[in-house]
Amino acid sequence: MPEAAIEMQGVAKFFGDFQALKDISFSVAPGERVVVCGPSGSGKSTLVRLVNQLEPHDAGTIRVGGRDVADPDLRGRIAMVFQQFNLFPHLSVLENLTLGPMKARGLERAAAEERAMALLARVRIPEQAAKRPSQLSGGQQQRVAIARALAMEPEIMLFDEPTSALDPEMISEVLDVMVELAEDGMTMVVVTHEMGFARRVADRIVFMDAGEIVEVAAPADFFANPRSARARDFLKRILSH
Amino acid sequence: MRAVAALSLCLLLAGCGANFGWYVVDPTTPGGLTNLRFMLGGFANTIVVSVTAAAISIILGLVVALPGLSSNRQARMVNRVYVEFIRAIPLLPMLFWVYYGLPIVLRSMGLSIPLDPFWAGVITLALSDSAFTAEVYRAGIQSIPRGQTEAARTVGLSYTQTMRYVVLPQAIRRVLPPLANQFIYILKMSAFISVIGLEELMRRANDLNSGEYRPLEIYSVLILEYLVLVLVISQGVRWLERRMGADERQ
Repeated sequence: MPEAAIEMQGVAKFFGDFQALKDISFSVAPGERVVVCGPSGSGKSTLVRLVNQLEPHDAGTIRVGGRDVADPDLRGRIAMVFQQFNLFPHLSVLENLTLGPMKARGLERAAAEERAMALLARVRIPEQAAKRPSQLSGGQQQRVAIARALAMEPEIMLFDEPTSALDPEMISEVLDVMVELAEDGMTMVVVTHEMGFARRVADRIVFMDAGEIVEVAAPADFFANPRSARARDFLKRILSH
Repeated sequence: MRAVAALSLCLLLAGCGANFGWYVVDPTTPGGLTNLRFMLGGFANTIVVSVTAAAISIILGLVVALPGLSSNRQARMVNRVYVEFIRAIPLLPMLFWVYYGLPIVLRSMGLSIPLDPFWAGVITLALSDSAFTAEVYRAGIQSIPRGQTEAARTVGLSYTQTMRYVVLPQAIRRVLPPLANQFIYILKMSAFISVIGLEELMRRANDLNSGEYRPLEIYSVLILEYLVLVLVISQGVRWLERRMGADERQ
């Protein structure tokens, strides 16, 4: 059996007295696309933030590609796309993409820029390379953020509600890029409310509520006959309009 | 610049009255010109002592600010103690302590480093100001959204790299105006160094006055000298802000 891309065993996370995650055990296979959904406050964002160590976990083990998640070699190997894009506003689009490869990986400027331009072409905004992020639309900014993540040649890509801050007409341009990534075989964990996307690309759907994984199912199963009452309730609310 | 002109004009007009003695600084008379030259001779020390102190304070302030932003409690304590302690010392007592006291402390440690008024002044101004500069940096760095450091981390940057390439370049634009305030504060406080004998603007004015006894005229010129310096700094900082895009909203 091949090494799991992500393996979580009995993971718990507290914020003060509040338990955000309870006894999470879960694994993602290499190349697998997992969509995590659930009501707000269910712990889904916390889950992906633990995987790239933006928050330390309080109990259990998290292993990425067989290594403990705290292993410094993993730094920059797990890419993240944030809800608020978090582009570097003082740098150009191109510099946003070359900063990590040059400073963390020691790539030469020419090589880093070549890679960056190829990625900008891939997310279909090569003409914006010299601009500042603030001159771009939300959808374009999020595509830059995806390209910035890809520039690190990550093993895994995590998405934390990547379309939630976007105007409706810009959501599809970001989702299109994500679908292409999935088709290229990238290991992806995506926290999202975009159920159309989940249906189309997810191998599995993880439904969370109150810090627990309530249900894990293939999309067809999950949408057709959710097993838990909480999942039925959730789907009714987000699909009703 | 208009303010300087207006103030000069008021003083000159008022000076036409019989009780004023503008002759002491009248550049059209040989005596007045000599006196004026003597006063202007203080600019060099005022500027050099202030710029040196400000340069040290800008670096020292950052060094003090960074542990204050740490998640480590001990590191934060170091920052708090430094800031609260240094901030509580009035400038003049600190100047005397540094000038008269510090060489004794150094000698007891086997170091014989004589402190002249210039360096005693630089050390005092830089130390005193660094507590305030540290707080300016802390506020500036804390104003950078957490998402920035998180994004930097996910593209593999270390703490130092995150500070250097992501946080500080953004924070520096925001702290530029308050840092300029601090520089102006240093410049004005440098007048205190006159009491330990540094030949700067204040000292020159005092020396001239003790011979001429024309305090109103001499100290008016002195105030104008500081005003000109501060206005030059203000303009310089505004230029720097425009260059760095700090006046734009992001």
